Amino acid sequence: MPDPAFVGRALPPAEPYRIVREKIREFALAIGESALVCHDVEAARAAGHPDLVAPPTFTVTFTMPLIEAFLRDPEFGWDYPRMVHGDQRITLHRPIHGGDELTTTVHVDELRTRGGSHLLTLRCEVADSAGTSVATTNALLVTQAS
Amino acid sequence: MTDPVAVAVGDELPPLALRITRADLVRYAGASGDFNPIHWSDRIAGSAGLPGVIAHGMLTMALAGRMITTWVGDPGAVRSYGVRFTRPVVVPDDDEGACVEISGEVVEVVEDGGVRIARVAITARSDGRTVLGRATAEVLLP
Repeated sequence: MPDPAFVGRALPPAEPYRIVREKIREFALAIGESALVCHDVEAARAAGHPDLVAPPTFTVTFTMPLIEAFLRDPEFGWDYPRMVHGDQRITLHRPIHGGDELTTTVHVDELRTRGGSHLLTLRCEVADSAGTSVATTNALLVTQAS
Repeated sequence: MTDPVAVAVGDELPPLALRITRADLVRYAGASGDFNPIHWSDRIAGSAGLPGVIAHGMLTMALAGRMITTWVGDPGAVRSYGVRFTRPVVVPDDDEGACVEISGEVVEVVEDGGVRIARVAITARSDGRTVLGRATAEVLLP
């Protein structure tokens, strides 16, 4: 049974995550994104970007490990192996670029139990090294209530 | 790239039909860091009540996102993107894999502080069934 005392809390911010070009290219290749601005620095600069542009769903690479660590924490009491991803929203206040140093804070927004399932809403607030908000992601995660 | 001036409500985006194979799942697992075994082990997928290995929901979301980024021409133009994972995409262990068909339509164009933003409704189907629900993206028009 997940502990409702976590609801409304923010977890301690993660260590800054450095966005490297090679990771952007690797991710773009894995999803078949061939836009030059994801692969070629000169093309990205010519299009007005400071460096390579990360595809919109790239946020998963640095937010999901934090979410997984929280959900595997026995103190929270979540049934991680039987979890399914219900929905996902990604809001980009600006594009994520190579060279960004991003800090993610996970917020436990909501926990409901309905129809034999626990429904958990987690929000990740992503900020750059200047503290400016870069992205907000919202995930609805579902597991069976036993 | 699409002609931004001409974008209007009702425009259909060029659709995308693609295949997801087990090799794609392995590559995505490595690139995303999502090593959940239901995306590579039939044994574990079966014990979780699935008919077999399924694609990462976030991979399906990313593939559908390609239709948007190809249409607008710059992945950096996407302001927001949200989906509901309505049904898993089962990926058989063969050369064909699973077929996913993605289409989209402009449902709104708004002016916001001197920029134009298009809202696109996305449909993604595999095996004739919807795999992403309530899928929408907001895109900054160039």
